Amino acid sequence: MPVNPEVVGRTYGPFEAYEVTRIKIREFADAVDARSGAHFYPDIARAEGYPDVVAPTTFAVLIAQRAEFHVVTDPEVGVDFSKVVHADERFTHHRPLVAGDVVQAAVAIESITQRAGISMVTTRTEITDADGAPVSIIRSTLAVRDDS
Amino acid sequence: MSDETLPAFVSLNVGDQVAAREVEFTRGKLVRYAGASGDFNPIHYNDAFAQSVGLDGVIAHGMLTMGVGASVVEEWAGAGNVVDFQARFTRPIAVDALEGVMVRVTAVVGALDHDVKQARIDVTVTVDGAKVLGKAQALVDCA
Repeated sequence: MPVNPEVVGRTYGPFEAYEVTRIKIREFADAVDARSGAHFYPDIARAEGYPDVVAPTTFAVLIAQRAEFHVVTDPEVGVDFSKVVHADERFTHHRPLVAGDVVQAAVAIESITQRAGISMVTTRTEITDADGAPVSIIRSTLAVRDDS
Repeated sequence: MSDETLPAFVSLNVGDQVAAREVEFTRGKLVRYAGASGDFNPIHYNDAFAQSVGLDGVIAHGMLTMGVGASVVEEWAGAGNVVDFQARFTRPIAVDALEGVMVRVTAVVGALDHDVKQARIDVTVTVDGAKVLGKAQALVDCA
């Protein structure tokens, strides 16, 4: 079953709010070898002008993938997750996420292109803060093999 | 973005290498990233499962490779100063169960936008000399 191209434009969410915590930032920073003190120590982060410790560049993937899950599990989209390869990813930050942020994510299916037995499914996740101000946009493309 | 830590735009030239690092990817590192990110796809920790879907064995998360690449740029740019980062996952990184694998990251100034004082940093990630990411580019605001 190939992916259904007619679902382009479909939107999901916003979902349950996600609270960014110091301990999760530290855990993620350790996992990706982020070294700046501002990821770990609130006093260093504040000295650099932030209200609290700063999430690494790709931390938002945690939040985006929770939203994208609703797309890849939507039976009308038709993604067979056993045939999925992550093709590309892009983060555009209005501002960095910091500990204490309570954010929401909504995701849209931006495009689906199909050729040579592969469907390229691009989602666009928008993360907004508690005031509704934009924080980050994450574009993710999955390559899904159409073979059965 | 932190005004306190922005790189000085005037000091940058296209072609300058601003950062480089070698990072060892081990099975333990993949497990740690799985836990931190919530991505528990078994192709990143279970050889038998990875082989059942046509891989030779366990591979690293593309987002781990991208995250480590981002960290190399962000350490130079200052925390929170990478305003945009994109990458294509062109070649999976096989991670041997015992040996691990060395991953090399270099970050070079690819372009300078004088109007907005922004640098495009081109990130190259290689294993045994072969590139594993395509068009890995970070945008960094400068002072």
